[in-house]
Amino acid sequence: MLVCGGTGCHASAGELLFENLKKEVQENDLKDEVQVVATGCFGFCEKGPIVKIIPDNTFYVQVKPEDAKELVSEHAIKGRKVKRLLYTDPVKKEQIQDSKHMGFYKKQLRIALRNCGMIDPENIDEYLAADGYEAMGRVLLEMKPEDAIQEVLDAGLRGRGGGGFPTGLKWQIASKNHADQKYVVCNADEGDPGAFMDRSILEGDPHTVLEAMVINGFCINATKGLIYIRAEYPLAIKRLKIAIDQAREYGLLGKDILGSGFDFDVEIRYGAGAFVCGEETALIHSMEGERCEPTFKPPFPAQSGYLGKPTNVNNVETYANIPVIFNKGAKWFASIGTEKSKGTKVFALAGKINNVGLIEVPMGITLREVIFEIGGGIQGGKKFKAVQTGGPSGGCLTDEHLDTPIDFDNLLAVGSMMGSGGMIVMDEDDCMVAVSQFYLEFTVEESCGKCSPCRIGNKRLYELLGKITKGQGTEDDLDNLRNLSDVIKDSSLCGLGQTSPNPVLSTLDNFYEEYLAHVNEQKCFAGQCKELIRYEIIPENCVGCTVCARNCPVNCISGERKQVHTIDQSLCIKCNACMEKCKFNAVTII
Amino acid sequence: MELIKLKIDNRTVEVEKGTTIFHAAKKLGIEIPTLCYMNLGDLKIEHKPGGCRVCVVEVEGRRNLAPACATECFEGMEVQTHNVRVLNARKTVLELILSDHPFDCLICAKSGTCDLQDMAIKMGVRSIPYQGEKSTYKPDFSPAIIREMDKCIMCRRCETMCNDFQTVGVLSGINRGFESVVAPAFERDLDHSECTYCGQCVAVCPTGALTEVDHTTQLIRDLADPKKTVVVQTAPAVRAALGEAFGLEPGTLVTGKMVSALRRLGFDYVFDTDFAADLTIMEEGSELLDRLTRFLGGDKEVKLPMLTSCCPGWVNFFEYHFPDMRDIPSTARSPQQMFGSIAKTYFADKIETNRKEMVVVSVMPCVAKKYECTREEFKVDGNPDVDYSISTRELAHLIKRTNMDFASLPEEDFDKPLGESTGAAVIFGTTGGVIEAAVRTAYEIHTGKSLEKVDFEQLRGFEGIRKASVDFEGTEIKIGIAHGLGHARKLLDDIKAGKSDFHAIEIMACPGGCIGGGGQPLHHGDPSVIKARQKAIYQEDAGKAIRKSHENPYIKKLYEEFLEKPMSEKAHHLLHTHYFDKKRKDVLLD
Repeated sequence: MLVCGGTGCHASAGELLFENLKKEVQENDLKDEVQVVATGCFGFCEKGPIVKIIPDNTFYVQVKPEDAKELVSEHAIKGRKVKRLLYTDPVKKEQIQDSKHMGFYKKQLRIALRNCGMIDPENIDEYLAADGYEAMGRVLLEMKPEDAIQEVLDAGLRGRGGGGFPTGLKWQIASKNHADQKYVVCNADEGDPGAFMDRSILEGDPHTVLEAMVINGFCINATKGLIYIRAEYPLAIKRLKIAIDQAREYGLLGKDILGSGFDFDVEIRYGAGAFVCGEETALIHSMEGERCEPTFKPPFPAQSGYLGKPTNVNNVETYANIPVIFNKGAKWFASIGTEKSKGTKVFALAGKINNVGLIEVPMGITLREVIFEIGGGIQGGKKFKAVQTGGPSGGCLTDEHLDTPIDFDNLLAVGSMMGSGGMIVMDEDDCMVAVSQFYLEFTVEESCGKCSPCRIGNKRLYELLGKITKGQGTEDDLDNLRNLSDVIKDSSLCGLGQTSPNPVLSTLDNFYEEYLAHVNEQKCFAGQCKELIRYEIIPENCVGCTVCARNCPVNCISGERKQVHTIDQSLCIKCNACMEKCKFNAVTII
Repeated sequence: MELIKLKIDNRTVEVEKGTTIFHAAKKLGIEIPTLCYMNLGDLKIEHKPGGCRVCVVEVEGRRNLAPACATECFEGMEVQTHNVRVLNARKTVLELILSDHPFDCLICAKSGTCDLQDMAIKMGVRSIPYQGEKSTYKPDFSPAIIREMDKCIMCRRCETMCNDFQTVGVLSGINRGFESVVAPAFERDLDHSECTYCGQCVAVCPTGALTEVDHTTQLIRDLADPKKTVVVQTAPAVRAALGEAFGLEPGTLVTGKMVSALRRLGFDYVFDTDFAADLTIMEEGSELLDRLTRFLGGDKEVKLPMLTSCCPGWVNFFEYHFPDMRDIPSTARSPQQMFGSIAKTYFADKIETNRKEMVVVSVMPCVAKKYECTREEFKVDGNPDVDYSISTRELAHLIKRTNMDFASLPEEDFDKPLGESTGAAVIFGTTGGVIEAAVRTAYEIHTGKSLEKVDFEQLRGFEGIRKASVDFEGTEIKIGIAHGLGHARKLLDDIKAGKSDFHAIEIMACPGGCIGGGGQPLHHGDPSVIKARQKAIYQEDAGKAIRKSHENPYIKKLYEEFLEKPMSEKAHHLLHTHYFDKKRKDVLLD
């Protein structure tokens, strides 16, 4: 019985469920037959807590602590599935018997997440049993650094943190810079709102990152590794600490690893949670105790990084791919994906979609497959409008991009980006002007303030969008919006400013008519911009039930019983309560 | 030295490898505009954060624009510095900066000398299309420096001066994004920080964000008050720089014109701080000789090296950062304070007035002097020895306001008795000067012989830390010289670690000494201006009839009539001081 021990399921009393299951197994004297394991994340967080039974792959969702008794007595003892806890397909409305038949998992290919939901992350033996540290052993004992780097190059692995820089090349550059001390840094400063793949990997499979870091260290001749992780990931930090201790105890970290003569150890560094710290130079400054601001490259960290020494920075997900590349071979890895983007990518699927969660798919899969097959389509049968990829600074793509194969270059070509893998789906109720304002609010908040275009430009973009959503914008503002976006993108110092206008530019490109409606007609088609809408009661539908009036928080609805009601527009705060409560579809937004 | 060829605006140029586009363009006579970049050549400070983004240029093959100040040239590079894309980005960035800047140029202290204003003129900005919220901060009035952060453009030059050059560490970037600003920790006022008031931040600030406290209004009132006797003293470095404010070449000596301007302004007595510099040598030189004699006589208690104490920024620095070493510096007051104390006793008696009816004003190249004269220990019954200090810049403003044509003013002499000085006093204005003046006197007193050559070339120069020795007829006197508090810190650390074998050390807080003070006409990032002033100072010294302090007839007379002898009880009372432990212990407590 695999019980999800990730943060999401933890938050829904998953820990108590785990304890209850163990207790039930003990009480029923099934210790030798049934093993209850707390694993990492299954990815299907929306339906957590998850319990998966192997070998039959029965996938129970939204399991409560009190369900433990029934799971053990029914499934474990009697061999009967607890039907009420099975997953129901949102479209076909039928119960799915096991995970292999779930749309959410069918098209997934889990490389980076291979052990998440499979092993107990707090037990190094389980990692070892899953081929753990085998790649490290082979590299340290049988390979030369340059050959190992070649393997990573041949695999075609590109950085999963967002930039997509070839990992092997990064290692090669760092290996060629000589110094008395070099560093390997794992960037675990996951900052994209809604993205949590790095946290999931660290919570579900911390050893894979440690193993990859040792390999990385060996390849570039660095003996010190640092993991920069945000302090608000307490579970990931706890499991990392356990993993580091266990690895040291097993001689897999520390002096003379596996008798290879190579020394390598890892330290954890905590970040206070600034988005910009995901940028490698800013991250390094933060680790040095400086203000987390990016600096101009060159010098690249590979030349002068942490404490001025050559430093290789890779993201958690990138590292999670490394052991597999060595275990299965670069050729195997390179056979997955598209011409220039190899392997898989983890996405955090969210928004108005049926199956919300963490997925890993081969590069080259289309947005349509991800949204409609894995994601199970749009919630409530509504119409798909846009999908935003690449986190807060990605672009919003439309149905015309649905068949675009997802990879680094294709997403860039259509005005978005891979980013660290956020994917937010929007439906017909989303106003694209408001959406870009929402993203800008984040980048305005998270800009470090060092360069003028990002510091002031994003603020002005945000203000312009605010003006438009209030119906005060003009067509000139749309021109200013575009010019400003172009200049911020073109002249900002780091990746944050260079991408922050993407939501604006992509929505200007793909939803220009919505902007025009806002500025010319003062209309918001999606009914999201409060200043541009008003609530009205349709007299033909109103039966005078008084429910709306009774629920209105500002008492702006009046009308006698069984008479048509009216809304006083001067008082209405557009809270939507009347519309939600009306059972006769008598409230409408105009 | 590797040379590379590149094209800028279609013209070929050959530069050393490592040269930035900015400097390569300069070679072709192309001035790329910048706001944040600052290069103080000989002082080894190059500030290129790449933050303002005004210097962006187009590099063939590069996705986005490159900051010319920070981007290194490469072989075959093709750069465009003024095509439409570049000009639009540059102007938009400037418009953004201006959109967050108060439009009070007409009443700004920096009006006319503001780099931002110059840039707006150059770019022909006529309207700001991007309007929105402006940063507003409470102005910070310290006794010497005013911070109006509404006007800060985040060039961060002040930070480089405060942290890298001075190692004072008061100013740094705080907060994020649009809210980011340069401030002392916890947004405290300067008055509640460890600011030394060296004023180097003021000297490099491109806008009116950092300015000096202005006393000109007070001065005009005092000059107009018939009941008050207004006495002025002018520091040696002022005469070597004042001319710049009237378009004269840097390094033009304007002593005589300055005197006649001061007289025309209405000062009752135009005196010279140089007189007090000679007096300083008498006291400080005697103190040094006393310590040396005791030391050479085997006294182990005596504190050596003796450090000079005439620089108020330096005094603040050791009181904050090295309070445990505050018994090492000479107890001699600075020339400004010696002058004030003699003027309000000896001279007041001579002209039969009292200190309450006398106003002593100093004209200083310095902003720390403004603070120094407010120190409680330099007051008698609440009446300060020096009432207030104005900077060279303030004097220039006053001369302009009072309709004088500076260039056509006649050359006049200082009044007697406190206007007579020697060449030794003049060189107080430059790094190495105080110690050279002290050596001239100490040598003759110690050896009883007359110097054949008074120029001690080994003490002169522009290096941050200089070491020299002077032969006192068989006794080798080892001398250290530092200008810039960062250099001073190194020498102090050596003393602390017992690694210093100097007998005397001269320290000046500002680059080049007082000639590079925070109150001088702005050098706009051109350190050759400071060097030219240094040349002028030595020129003035060479032209003086008397070049040794102890030969100043009015100094002799002062001792005969009033002070008796150097280090007398009266001298101690009027000309010496003591220092305080100001190490901040309360930073985190309130």
